[in-house]
Amino acid sequence: MATNKIYVFKRFERFWHWSQAMLIIFMLITGFEVHGSYQLFGFGRAVELHTLSAWTLIGLWVFAIFWHFTTGEWKQYIPTTEKMMAMIQFYSVGIFKGAPHPFRPTTLKKHNPLQRLAYLGVLLLIGPLLWLTGWFYLFYAEWQAWGVGSFLSLEWVALFHTAGAFMMLSFLIAHVYLTTTGHTPTSHIKAMLTGWEEVD
Amino acid sequence: MLSGKIILLSALVSCAMLTTMSTFSAPAQSDAMSAATPLTRQKSASTADHSKFKELDQAFKTGPEVTVACLICHTEAAKQVQHTKHWTWESVDPKTGQKRGKKNIINNYCTSPVSNEKDCMACHAGYGWQDSSFDFTIEKNVDCLVCHDTTATYRKLPGDAGHPIYERREFPPKSGKFVDPADLKKIAQNIGKPSRSNCGSCHFFGAGANGAKHGDLDSSLQHPNKYLDVHMDEKGLNFDCTTCHATSSHEVSGSRYNMAAATKGPAHIRGNPDSSPAACQSCHGNKPHPQHMTKLNQHTAKIACQTCHIPEYARNDIGTELSWDWSKATRMGEDGKPFVRKDSAGRRAFDSKKGEWVWDSYVIPEYRWLNGVSTYTVIGDKIDPGKTVQINEVGGSPNDPDSRIWPTKVHRGKQPYDTVNNTLTVQHTAGEDDTALWHNYDWQKAIRAGMKAANLPYSGNFDFVSTELTWPVTHMVAPKEDALSCAQCHSKNGRLKDIQGVYMPSRDANKLLDTAGWALALLTLIGVLIHAGIRILTSKKAG
Repeated sequence: MATNKIYVFKRFERFWHWSQAMLIIFMLITGFEVHGSYQLFGFGRAVELHTLSAWTLIGLWVFAIFWHFTTGEWKQYIPTTEKMMAMIQFYSVGIFKGAPHPFRPTTLKKHNPLQRLAYLGVLLLIGPLLWLTGWFYLFYAEWQAWGVGSFLSLEWVALFHTAGAFMMLSFLIAHVYLTTTGHTPTSHIKAMLTGWEEVD
Repeated sequence: MLSGKIILLSALVSCAMLTTMSTFSAPAQSDAMSAATPLTRQKSASTADHSKFKELDQAFKTGPEVTVACLICHTEAAKQVQHTKHWTWESVDPKTGQKRGKKNIINNYCTSPVSNEKDCMACHAGYGWQDSSFDFTIEKNVDCLVCHDTTATYRKLPGDAGHPIYERREFPPKSGKFVDPADLKKIAQNIGKPSRSNCGSCHFFGAGANGAKHGDLDSSLQHPNKYLDVHMDEKGLNFDCTTCHATSSHEVSGSRYNMAAATKGPAHIRGNPDSSPAACQSCHGNKPHPQHMTKLNQHTAKIACQTCHIPEYARNDIGTELSWDWSKATRMGEDGKPFVRKDSAGRRAFDSKKGEWVWDSYVIPEYRWLNGVSTYTVIGDKIDPGKTVQINEVGGSPNDPDSRIWPTKVHRGKQPYDTVNNTLTVQHTAGEDDTALWHNYDWQKAIRAGMKAANLPYSGNFDFVSTELTWPVTHMVAPKEDALSCAQCHSKNGRLKDIQGVYMPSRDANKLLDTAGWALALLTLIGVLIHAGIRILTSKKAG
């Protein structure tokens, strides 16, 4: 089988992806400690590290948002139904039969329709849920000054923040696994590391 | 074992309330004496040398004579003192109008001074309050010396209604120890600003024993190290009581009765009129931690400084009293005679006169929402004997912006009450007369005499009821290294496990969400593992 390579992920994109990945994993670890699920760093240290990571992630996002808009890469997340059924068919049946991958990434369309949908969900649902609740969590002492103290309760903010964390954790598990479903089990990961994706 | 001796001797002192004021019991006195130089940091900065005043160059025979001399120059001093709680033993709650103060409440220790004035008033900043006929307007009866003596030789003993000792006397009675009258001239010529030992002469020894009453105030604060109190540390900041309890017109700031529970805003600046300079925030502001510790600063919206910075109170072997069971009083030994018993640390544990006590050191506070307003059970108030009587009901709630979580000392006890009228009783305890409980061990007579003095009806039937007193803990501030760590509260069984109305990460979690969340993650994992398994199996088959 002939193997072609295309350049999918540019340097900044790879940097953004991996630093965000590390930050999110680290925030899951520290976050669930703050939540009381286990003891690792100690509560106080976990809070400090979690907060520090949050600010770092915010900084990273500022650059990432700028990059997405200036390069037009944000269009990669516009959902489409094209080949969606084919993808579902592939993941549920074809992959077990050694069927060819129905989606062929290009620089203009990096993500298959299911990826687009999943990442859009992360960007529009899980992400905002986490950072909005996280923001209120972080500035708890300012609630009175902001005029939200009368109707916001820390309990509900914490509840939604935790719910977001569980969703992010589940996304992470599925996401890591699905990286093995490319042309070869490692081709997606290689692409995210080097920028070059092997395609059929 | 100095403290042990202090306790032992204090326990012998027969008056209850505040007796020891007077009176560092002997070792405590030598303690104070050894610091013949007053405990202030430097020599008096006063522009007046009182030993040069001819008004003070006379052989004073009594306390009031000294006061008359003081008032020649300090014309307004007595009037000022007469407006303070130190004189009136009364405090009116500005919010509820309730009259509190030693004169009106029944506390959980020696209960009430009414009918016991001769002894209790050893801690009154005045002379001659021996019954309800005391005239609160007579200026010469204001006691200047108890707060301004710098020689540590001025002593007021129980039984003298607030007068210092004028004749050599055996004290405690039958102890073989004698107390000499103080040299009032010398004391008057050496007066100065109140030092720790002046305040401590009453406030360290309340309830008749060193440390018994407050727990965060005892004689260890005369020479504290940094561990005990970061501000009063003798080798460090060496604060006096009055450094925080700043005083104006003899009104001492920072009363528990009008407590500043939730001081807001930045530190105060000089010249800024302020009602509560004794609060931590007066100097530290309400964002006291360094900028990078934002989270800690945010805690001041819900938590009093004291909660983290006084991790334990009574941090010494003096300890403090946690309960006083009056129902055990009048119990005699096997020989039918009154007896006393010490606990293993040498502190009073039982006295036929007073009942049974429980002490502890390094006590972990109990935490409460406090807004600084306490409603007291005052003399004559109806009680519900079916419940534990709250000597003071502390106000405060999670949603009140003026409430904070505070460390408190909860002192528990049992006291007599009138089973028909349902009031706590006033009993005549101290004295040498026939009706005094500590003289003839007869509750009935003691209550009858006490209620008569308090002008209250008494049915003739009494029993004992459980009581609780709740006081904020605010002294003995530890160095920052010893402050509570986060996890001491932020954990499942932490210090604040019983505090309601606030969500605390790590302590609190929604069980349903946790179950659902972990299930979602686990199902995802199982899902991908199955998917991977099938892939592996089918690829092998294909291969």
